Amino acid sequence: MGAMIQKDDGFDAAKSEPAIRFGHVSKVFGGVRALDDVSFEVGRGEVHCLAGENGSGKSTLIKIITGVYRPEPGAEMEYFGKAETSVTPNSARGRGIAVIWQDLALFPEMTVAENIAFDTLLGIRPRLVSHKGMRDTARAALAKLGVDLDLEARLNTLPIAQRQVVAIARALVSDARLIFMDEPTASLTQAETDHLLAVVRTLSAAGVAVVFVSHRLAEVLEISSRVTVLRDGRLVGVYQTQGMTQSRLTELMTGKTFDTVVGARDTAANRKVLEIENLTRRGEYEDVSLVVRAGEILGLTGLIGAGRTELCHTLFGMTRPDRGTIRLNGKVLTMNSNRDAVAAGIAYVSEDRLALGLVQPQSIADNLVIPVLDRISGADGLISRRKKGDLVRKWLVDLAIKTGRPEDAVATLSGGNQQRVALAKWLATEPKVLILDSPTVGVDVGARAGIYKIVRALADQGLAILLISDEVSEVHFNADRILHMAGGRMIGEYDPRRTTLHELEEAVYA
Amino acid sequence: MRSFIRAYPTEARLFAVLVAICLFLSLASDSFFTLGNFASLLNNNSVNVIWAVGLLVVLIAGGIDISFAVAASVVQYLCVYAFEAIGGGGWVIGFLVAGGIGITIGFINAALIHRFRIISIVVTIATYNAMFGLLMFITSGRYLYNLPEWWTNRVTIFETQTAQGTWVELALPVAVMAGAMAATWFLIRHTTTGRQLFAFGDNPEGARRAGINIALMQFVAFGWMGLMAGIGGLMQAHIVQEVVPNALIGRELDVLAAVVLGGARLGGGRGSVLGCFLGVLLVAVTQNGLNLLGVSPFAFKMVVGVIILSAISMSNLKLAGLVKVMRGGR
Amino acid sequence: MRALYARLDKELGTGVIGLVGFLLLVLVVFSLATPQFLTVANFGSMAFQLPELGLLTLAMLMPIISGGFNLAIIYTANISGLTLAWILNQNGGVDAGMPVFLFGSAAAIAVGALSGCVMGLVIAYVGAHPILVSLAMMIFLRGLGEFLTRGGDISGFPDFLHGIGHGFILGIPVPLVIFLAAALVWHVLLNRTRHGFSVFMIGSNIRAAHYSGIHTKRTLTLIYTLSGAMCAIAGILMLTRFNSVRVGHGEALLLVTVLACFLGGIDPFGGFGRVVPVVLALVILQVLSSGLNLLGANQHLSTAVWGLFLIAVMILRWLAATYRSSNRKRE
Repeated sequence: MGAMIQKDDGFDAAKSEPAIRFGHVSKVFGGVRALDDVSFEVGRGEVHCLAGENGSGKSTLIKIITGVYRPEPGAEMEYFGKAETSVTPNSARGRGIAVIWQDLALFPEMTVAENIAFDTLLGIRPRLVSHKGMRDTARAALAKLGVDLDLEARLNTLPIAQRQVVAIARALVSDARLIFMDEPTASLTQAETDHLLAVVRTLSAAGVAVVFVSHRLAEVLEISSRVTVLRDGRLVGVYQTQGMTQSRLTELMTGKTFDTVVGARDTAANRKVLEIENLTRRGEYEDVSLVVRAGEILGLTGLIGAGRTELCHTLFGMTRPDRGTIRLNGKVLTMNSNRDAVAAGIAYVSEDRLALGLVQPQSIADNLVIPVLDRISGADGLISRRKKGDLVRKWLVDLAIKTGRPEDAVATLSGGNQQRVALAKWLATEPKVLILDSPTVGVDVGARAGIYKIVRALADQGLAILLISDEVSEVHFNADRILHMAGGRMIGEYDPRRTTLHELEEAVYA
Repeated sequence: MRSFIRAYPTEARLFAVLVAICLFLSLASDSFFTLGNFASLLNNNSVNVIWAVGLLVVLIAGGIDISFAVAASVVQYLCVYAFEAIGGGGWVIGFLVAGGIGITIGFINAALIHRFRIISIVVTIATYNAMFGLLMFITSGRYLYNLPEWWTNRVTIFETQTAQGTWVELALPVAVMAGAMAATWFLIRHTTTGRQLFAFGDNPEGARRAGINIALMQFVAFGWMGLMAGIGGLMQAHIVQEVVPNALIGRELDVLAAVVLGGARLGGGRGSVLGCFLGVLLVAVTQNGLNLLGVSPFAFKMVVGVIILSAISMSNLKLAGLVKVMRGGR
Repeated sequence: MRALYARLDKELGTGVIGLVGFLLLVLVVFSLATPQFLTVANFGSMAFQLPELGLLTLAMLMPIISGGFNLAIIYTANISGLTLAWILNQNGGVDAGMPVFLFGSAAAIAVGALSGCVMGLVIAYVGAHPILVSLAMMIFLRGLGEFLTRGGDISGFPDFLHGIGHGFILGIPVPLVIFLAAALVWHVLLNRTRHGFSVFMIGSNIRAAHYSGIHTKRTLTLIYTLSGAMCAIAGILMLTRFNSVRVGHGEALLLVTVLACFLGGIDPFGGFGRVVPVVLALVILQVLSSGLNLLGANQHLSTAVWGLFLIAVMILRWLAATYRSSNRKRE
């Protein structure tokens, strides 16, 4: 399906009338210039990318366009050919601008029909609700997208991908002519992403412009015609996507060049640490066998839904396999909970840092010591403040975590530093095997290199590492060996030194 | 039927349990399945249902109210003095005054919650203590018996003679209960404001971004609760023909248990009028049945506690999965 | 000065300094208002009255920090008291000896812990909402108690119990000693032990705590078990203070304990809170109540003032937070 995506080659920005045109947009927050003289233009029916790291000013720009913030005086704003001087959220919505936020802002307990036709429920003055009218509106919106959903189903019974379709349909109901999509593909499987892209093409053909706001541009780059890159609140440039590569884009976003050198080494002679044989859990994964050696980074890639995270959960003791064995240093492991896994020397850095990986509202120090409470306890059974302080200081230094104070909440840290805290917390347990599930999700491109460096250094110290990622380039450049998982099975093994990134991507995304 | 079960799984399950208990009691006791017994069940539980539908609206909007039973007592006292001041009154004025005072109390709660961003459980526990303390202090715990006649005279809305010759009647509170249920049902199912309440309770941030007026939501929810508290208080005094300052204390938690048992979710976004009714009825029928079976009155509450505890446990076990299995097997 | 403030704030818990300020203010006002306030007798009576509410508040505290609730505290205390009363009456009544009392107290604590444990198990393993579970437990225990006592009082206890409920150790009222010891145990438990650490983590994000290797189910069960045991201690104290047990005694205190927790800065959503500010909040409530009493008001007016006081404190906290964030923006 991925190969079928066609480029919108015919789109010519110069000929098309713009949907929106913004010029000289600046925004200052308490003395800091979040945006500095940025211009931004999207053509009618165009599929456009807005790229930039966290803090580059992407969301500030969107909030100005949608009327949440007012730009500094001097900005030029034009919506569908009409110049405006001040915009409110309501008037922006009235002009046909809609945003689909990453967290969707839908209503999980309400029906699909109500979610799609939600805007018809708005207003302070009470009116009668026409449940039939809402269903008709919803059905019409879904028909425009060429999608069929059960209108009476509660939204929380739908998979994420379908919820995204609901969000798009909701934007259509309010006659959106320009839709911003914030990180739309972050949680989608490849099939779902393909479906989303098909929907976007339908929209574009109908004259609705779509702006992707994303970290992960591999998928959306293909169907976009232009990409606008922001860095540190300034416009880097507007580029045609034809001929644009992921690595070139990364350079533009960060202003740095990264060595994309394959870091693989030969570890075949090393001692086996983790051995899995014929591991099966019905409905999740089947007949999985693999070996991770001391000092080895084993890459495990595959699309979301391939069974990677489910396999991790079993290796971390949170689910029990139906069949198969797990050996650690030659000894068979049976685990009843993740506490058994931790005790045996297995650590798991979750892909979901916000909800599962860290206790966000609590302090950095407390998060660092959660799995090692017994190590910081004194002879009296109480937690020793001295031991805790020593441990926290050690890890903050070792992993170069940039923080004001250890007692600040984890939530105050940047994505990259949070991920370092998550790593440190597990390294403190002195694990034998470290499972990293998508360790750079939500981490800025620039901060990723630092994480990779730490991972490589850990392997050099002899740790066995299982690196899981749906970003093929991540495993290609960082793993010593790569396994490809799909449909719950291992379907291929690659040596990054003998395979090009392109070949690997073909294999995984095809 | 299947779509009802899917849309209202808790209510459907509760209904099934209720039917099972009723069947059992009909077989175990001669006097359970009689018109007279059902009429007295309704008469005795109307006030709880009135409060329950009020609380339902607050729960749907994501809040909680601990203070409504005390608010009802305050309404009762203020009503007595108000009716005295205007020289009597009647039902129309009675409903207006009781409802008005109730709404005012609800608005005070809403104002504190919205203006100062204090969560509802903190606010209503504070107003509970403040109102109860003041009420007891000012009235010195005095009972009032000299209520206006229109207030205490029994109003029968329906009566019929059974084959055995006994009279069965439904009293005014049952009609008011039906009215409260219908009005609440209409509000939350068929008005845009009601659907906004669901949306607000379900996803407050999403509701705010969509442009829903948050202040309005709090005032509607707690105002409705206040209205029901006031009307319930009026009906309670009508039934017992006296006003006692601390008589209603503790009822708030019983009603809360019944409403949540009926499928309303603590945290917002889910609940139905039917569920409230069934929740109150489940507790009432259980007590009634135990009474008819000759169980000591002191043991009732114990059994009710066990029933609620097992109902909660059952509803949290994955019954949804069971339904799926059944549907798959068809 | 600022550093000292920050350090105190951190050591004792946020808001302690504000609460101390409040306490001083209330003390000064009452001292000026009535000469009987600053007397040994008054402070003595306060010291005897505070512990009952204090112990129950401690029982409420730990569940709230874990993001839950325990609405069954009063009846757990009653049932535990009933257990002790029954054992005393079965073993001589007025003539029962110290060993019987000790055994009875142990049994009472076991009963309290057991009822808490049942709640904890249902909350942890069934995943039901704590408000609902504890509410059902409350209804059950109330029914059980009324069933066992037929709604009456149980009395006829040995005389030495009077010495516990009304006596002194080293010039300090025995109930106060018990309460302070319990508060100290709670403070150490929450701030220095692995269990306490887990309570805070669970209160903030139970799934993340589970992923990090915390035994969340065991911790939840233990939280409610300990809460039940603390209720039992309150129940025993109530028995010795009133020389009788009646189911429903202390009913009015249920929501006051929640009020005291919020006043003491416990986060209603869970995850944050300290014992010290809650104890201070309790002292303030007691001073308000005793002071008003000396001025001729009754307990009911105090209850009203407590409620209004909580509203006032929450509004002040809101003002402080708004002021601080507007300051930060300006910086």
